[in-house]
Amino acid sequence: MARVAVVTGGTRGIGAAISIALQDEGYRVAAVYARDDAAAEAFHKKSGVAVYKWDVGDFQQCQNGVARIATEIGAVEILVNNAGITRDATLQRMAQEQWQDVLDTNLGSCFNMCRSVIESMRARKFGRIVNIGSINGQAGQYGQVNYAAAKSGIHGFTKALAQEGARAGITVNAVAPGYVDTDMVRAVPENVLEKIVASIPVGRLGRAGDIARTVKFLVADDADFITGSTISVNGGHHMY
Amino acid sequence: MPRLALITGGTRGIGAGIARSLKNAGYRVVVNYHSADAVAESFAAESGIPVFKWDVGDFAACRAGVDEVRSAHGPVDILINNAGTVSDSKFENMDEAQWHRVVRVNLDSVFHMSQQVYSGMMAQKWGRIVNIGSMNGQAGQLNQVNYVAAKAGMHGFTKALALEGAKHGITVNTIAPGYVDTYLMREMPERIMNKIIEKSPIHRLGTEDEIGHAVVFLVDEKSAWTTGSTITLNGGTHMY
Repeated sequence: MARVAVVTGGTRGIGAAISIALQDEGYRVAAVYARDDAAAEAFHKKSGVAVYKWDVGDFQQCQNGVARIATEIGAVEILVNNAGITRDATLQRMAQEQWQDVLDTNLGSCFNMCRSVIESMRARKFGRIVNIGSINGQAGQYGQVNYAAAKSGIHGFTKALAQEGARAGITVNAVAPGYVDTDMVRAVPENVLEKIVASIPVGRLGRAGDIARTVKFLVADDADFITGSTISVNGGHHMY
Repeated sequence: MPRLALITGGTRGIGAGIARSLKNAGYRVVVNYHSADAVAESFAAESGIPVFKWDVGDFAACRAGVDEVRSAHGPVDILINNAGTVSDSKFENMDEAQWHRVVRVNLDSVFHMSQQVYSGMMAQKWGRIVNIGSMNGQAGQLNQVNYVAAKAGMHGFTKALALEGAKHGITVNTIAPGYVDTYLMREMPERIMNKIIEKSPIHRLGTEDEIGHAVVFLVDEKSAWTTGSTITLNGGTHMY
């Protein structure tokens, strides 16, 4: 039977494109979302992808949610940690809640979700974990001390867990998208966005599909020698 | 009057080395510590450096602690975020408390502390923040998903805050030490220690003073053009 893939933040933006790409590839997919019921319902209707609602920043909810998916669809063999939020402010104006919310949802969620699937992946001697980082975690970004710390934390998380999973058939990789044409980026003021696009060598924003195809590549059975790696998908915007 | 430097976790190990180096370079130095009272007392007696006790993982405690430092010694010009802790275990055995404690003390603390001093640095148009990362945050390490994620997160924090601080005369940099000869290393079994030393092209551990030397370089008036940077000190063990 086809492998089961879970995509967090999987009903909108980059996550929705990943969910659909994995389904098109023949995987059985569950998309997790936290808040927007209407968007999740519309996504489910359009795509047929199963949707589950919980807060990935909460450990117990992750444990319960993953157990539910295991019962209803099957044991999770592919996990895409894509859920993320921004709460931008310069440091001197950043409230502690803004720090904590972003750390919990973007980085804590990787622990919560991976911890909830790791034992069954080890038992099956197969697992694919892809964590969605960010160009801003690699390069830093003004007004995003919280987001940049969380996203670059994801890159460390990836490298450590890759070492542990290597002998158990579990690969752990990160994809670091640049600016992708999603709701999150469309919220950026137009004049700022124009400047951003002008500084991207490829001359356009990324498309959600650009990221999804990279994830599809990493979770394939025959991608088993790629682990602890970061693939930047940013149109050449930041290289290092 | 010489600039005032505050070092977290500054009464032993690398932090004590940094404190001594900065004092020898002519700075006024105060250090924070959290748990080991006897060690702090003998450090203060030996070095003449004032010690202050609070938990850098606690936002309110940081606010109160830095206020106390400020009223005794004046504004903090230089902040060294050095405090850290480990709680190692294989990922499949790591519990939620281990994750949260390590992320709070190693990464949240950088937000907590930087925010207390940042506005003052902006007002005086001068500041130096140095975050002590880790080779393991760059390379990954078995049994340290929590520590590696937190230390890697520091690098993102550094780059984002470097962008914000640039126009205010505030530089923000990271030092990523490899294995340094501290009390922590001396607790390690000799067999493992020898393996670590063998792996290092320079064939020895680093010294506390070598890390201090790099900090002195970064906080210097003349290092104003160095910001958002990571200096790796690991005897050539990991290069990238």
